Parts: sequence; C-alpha cells; structure tokens
Amino acid sequence: MIDGFMALYIFMLAAFTGYEIIGRVPVILHTPLMSGSNFVHGIVLVGAMVVLGEADTTLEKVIGFIGVFLAAGNAVGGYVVTARMLEMFRSGKDGRKESAE
Amino acid sequence: MSGIDTQWLVKAAYFAAAFLFIVGLKRMSSPKTARGGILWAGVGMLVATLATFATPQMENFILMLAAMGLATVLAWWSGKRVAMTDMPQMVALYNGMGGGAAAAIGAVELLGDGEHALAFITLAVAGSIIGAVSFSGSLIAFAKLQGWMRKPLRFGGQQAVNLVVFLATLALGGLLISGEAGGHDLILLFFLAALLFGVLMTLPIGGADMPVVISLYNALTGLAVAFEGFVLDNAAMIIAGTVVGAAGTMLTQLMARAMNRPLSNVLFSAFGESGGGGGEISGSMKPVDAADAAVMMAYGEKVIVVPGYGLAVAQAQHRLWEFCQKLIERGVKVKFAIHPVAGRMPGHMNVLLAEAGVPYELIFDLDEINNEFPSADVALVVGANDVVNPMARTNPESPIYGMPILDADKAKNVVVIKRGQGTGFSGVENALFFNDNTRMLYGDAQDVAGKLLQALKGL
Repeated sequence: MIDGFMALYIFMLAAFTGYEIIGRVPVILHTPLMSGSNFVHGIVLVGAMVVLGEADTTLEKVIGFIGVFLAAGNAVGGYVVTARMLEMFRSGKDGRKESAE
Repeated sequence: MSGIDTQWLVKAAYFAAAFLFIVGLKRMSSPKTARGGILWAGVGMLVATLATFATPQMENFILMLAAMGLATVLAWWSGKRVAMTDMPQMVALYNGMGGGAAAAIGAVELLGDGEHALAFITLAVAGSIIGAVSFSGSLIAFAKLQGWMRKPLRFGGQQAVNLVVFLATLALGGLLISGEAGGHDLILLFFLAALLFGVLMTLPIGGADMPVVISLYNALTGLAVAFEGFVLDNAAMIIAGTVVGAAGTMLTQLMARAMNRPLSNVLFSAFGESGGGGGEISGSMKPVDAADAAVMMAYGEKVIVVPGYGLAVAQAQHRLWEFCQKLIERGVKVKFAIHPVAGRMPGHMNVLLAEAGVPYELIFDLDEINNEFPSADVALVVGANDVVNPMARTNPESPIYGMPILDADKAKNVVVIKRGQGTGFSGVENALFFNDNTRMLYGDAQDVAGKLLQALKGL
C-alpha cells in the first residue's frame, strides 16, 4: 500500500484538482459534465479486473465477475452517453464562436 | 518481458490515464472544448484497461473477457438507443454500476484471509459502504426517473428507521474492522445493510430533486473508487476516483444552489409531499385552442418560450422550433428561457434544444431573461410547471418557496401547453395556471406544436 502520508497528499491534491476543474462551469454543461465524470470513475474497471484476475475461490470469481461486468458497463455506457450529449454542442459551439467574433 | 518490466508498463499506463482523465474533465468544463474532452478521457480509459491485462500473475482471463464483452454490448446498445430525454436515468444506471463494482472489489478484499493493516480494512469497508449505497440508491433513482416508481414513498418515523439502518451498517463495518468477528455471514449482512440504506435513503426523495441526488451518488461512487484504489494500491483509481469525488461534490452543490435548496434539505426533508401545501388558489383554468393561441403569438412582438420536461417527454423540440422559425419569419422576436433545472437535470434542456437546432443566441438563462418577461406579449410555457410557479415567490407555505423561478406570470399573456390538469413533478398546484392572463392549451406538446404550426401556416 502507498505509505500513509503520501496517500493523504495524493488524496488532497486530487481533491483540489477536482474542485478547480468544476469551479466555473456554465450551467449548460452540468449534465454532460456529470455524465463525463461518471465515465471517469469507470476506471474502477481496472481494479475489478485485477480482483477477478487474482480470484481463487468460486465465490471470489463470481463477485469478481459481477464487479468487472458492472465496471465495464459504467465505463462503456458512460462514454457512449457523454459522447452523444456532447455531440449536440457541435452546432452550438460554432454559433457561439460566430457571435463572439 | 520480465515481471518487473510489465509492472512498470502498467504503472506508466495508469499515470498516463490519470493525466488524460484530468485534461479530459478540464476540457469538458468549457463549451468550446467539451466535445474533445470525452475523447481524451476515453483514450485514458483504453490505455489503462489494455495495460491492466499485462498485470503480472493474473488468471481468469476468459471470465474477464466474457464479463467485459457482455457489459460492453449491453451498455453500448442501451447507451446508443436511449432517447436524449432519458439521459438522466441512464447516467444514474451507469453510475450505480460503478458503485456496485467498487463494492464488489471491497467484498473480495474483505473475504480474502490474511492479516491486513488497520488502514487497509478501514478503507475497504468505507469504500464498500459508499459503493453499495451508491449502487442501490442509483437504481432507485433510475426506477423513479424511468417512471416505474411515481410517488415518493414515505412513512411515519422514516428518518428514524433510516438512521437505525445507517448506524447498523456502520456497526457491522466496525465489527469487520475490529476483527472481533468475521466470516461470510457477517460480510453478507454488512452489504445487505448498506444496500438497504441506499434504498431507504432514496425512496422518500421526490422526482424533482433526483438530479441533485444522482449527482451526489456520482460523487460517492468516485469516492468509493478512490478508497478501493488505496486498497488495491492502484494509482489510476485513486486519482480518478478522488477527482470525480471532489468534482461531483462541487457539481452537486452547484445544482442544489441553482434550485435554492440546501443539500440537507434535499436529502432529509419531505419535499412535495402534501400536494395541497400551497394553500387555496382562487380562479379557474381557462382553456384556449391552438388556432387562437397561434394568432396571439403571430401578432405579438415578442414571445418567450419556456420549455420544460413535458417538451422533452413529447419529443416536441423539433416541431416547436419549426413553429418558432415561422414566427421569426413573421418578424416576431422569439427567445427561449431555460430554468437551471428545466427538464430533469441542469443543462438537460439546452442539450435538447441544441439537438433541434435552436441557435445559442436565442437561449437565455434565468438571470438573463427574467426582467424581459414584462415586455413579452406572450410567454409560451411548454410542459414546464414548477419552474414557473409564482408561489415559489409569494407563498412561504409552499414546498417550493424560495426556489428561483422564471417570471412567466409577468408576461402580458401566458399560454401553457400541458397534457392534463395534474400537478407538476413536485406535486404542487401551480398558481400560474389560474391567473387571469393565462390560457391553457391542453394536449401532448408535439401534437399541439404541430397544430400551432398548421394554424400559423393558415394565417
């Protein structure tokens, strides 16, 4: 395990990063961003893979299988849905640019 | 390659993934770069996942690929197929899956024998509780938004029951941590208690508050992932989970603020319970037909459209925009007013209007447009209800009192397109519908928009 204080430092810095990222996000991006961050915690997939990969007993394999299934669903579904939502901003983006110029 | 080298490769891949996630999220927080943002994050996910296969001493690859394949097909199919209007519940569903996965990791770690440091077990237990709560809570949120569960479920002493279940969960977790007791039964009981708490916590929350709740569960899943990341010594999970946990918490606060409701209020108060909580409303609802409404708007100078969830449900955004284009051709000024929580989630309505091709220049948010209502000839309310309820301004008794609303009632005329005479999602009567200058246009928003268009063409 990562040494205690180092773990706390990583936790703190990552938490500030998260706060900073969301700081001044416009309302129109709330839903896509929620969906996007939902995709990002799909990284739980790699943990579930390791757990299943190291499972020995049947029970561990079953739980590990469920874990990988759920995590992959989180990652794939999260990506598809976010990409579809953001696709909607194509025309919007261009319109914004024109009006700004 | 030797074991050391592959381990290095996996770590390098996780580092790259963490970097790509942060850049991706950062880009997603600005409209100009948002579309590229998800690609960055997607590449990060791909890199991390592929590298994980190279982790030394792993087995069960067939099972792993089967689980991933099955989930990928199902999630891809459902994600592609779902209508834009149903996005919020899909986010809830996928989020719940992530929480469940974090809980599953915790379960396997707790099942494993061998001596572990106190911090290890504590984090595994904490991640399991949070993940399980997020899992069952998100599923309830999904069911509610999907319409499988229309009414918030409440009973006497509910908060006391919830508290007891919560404390029981903590106590069971404490037992696991202390190592005084163990075994499969205790672990099973512990997870059941956590899952039950997630269900109980979400049941009493009304549909109008669901977006905030989903956002909260999103943050919780991030935290659970981070905790289990510490347990597995997996830096990608720690960084991504923590960033999402913090970002999600911030986003939850922003949403709650947009609704002018403190988070504690959302979670612990019975919202929209009474339905009659707004007191008596005098007057009656006055119907109007589509032809008259179309004339009213065609000969006005300025029309402000207030879209709401009804528009989303009826998929009326395209037809409505066609109608508005005709109005614009006639020289009528048309603007769209979007309440921060119109639809089911903040920003949801902007996505729908963008889908229909409404240019951004015509879309305004609450602060920008509220002082324009008095100069509007017609406020066209399409399937919105609570967000235009003047009682939020005037009646301290009302459950939605204090929520910022669009002042549609201040327009010279108000036309409300609405399916029936029922109350909104919060279950509160709307005083706007009884105003003297309000006309009700009953029907499905798409049909009505079609009729309005027809009537306009006939002029």
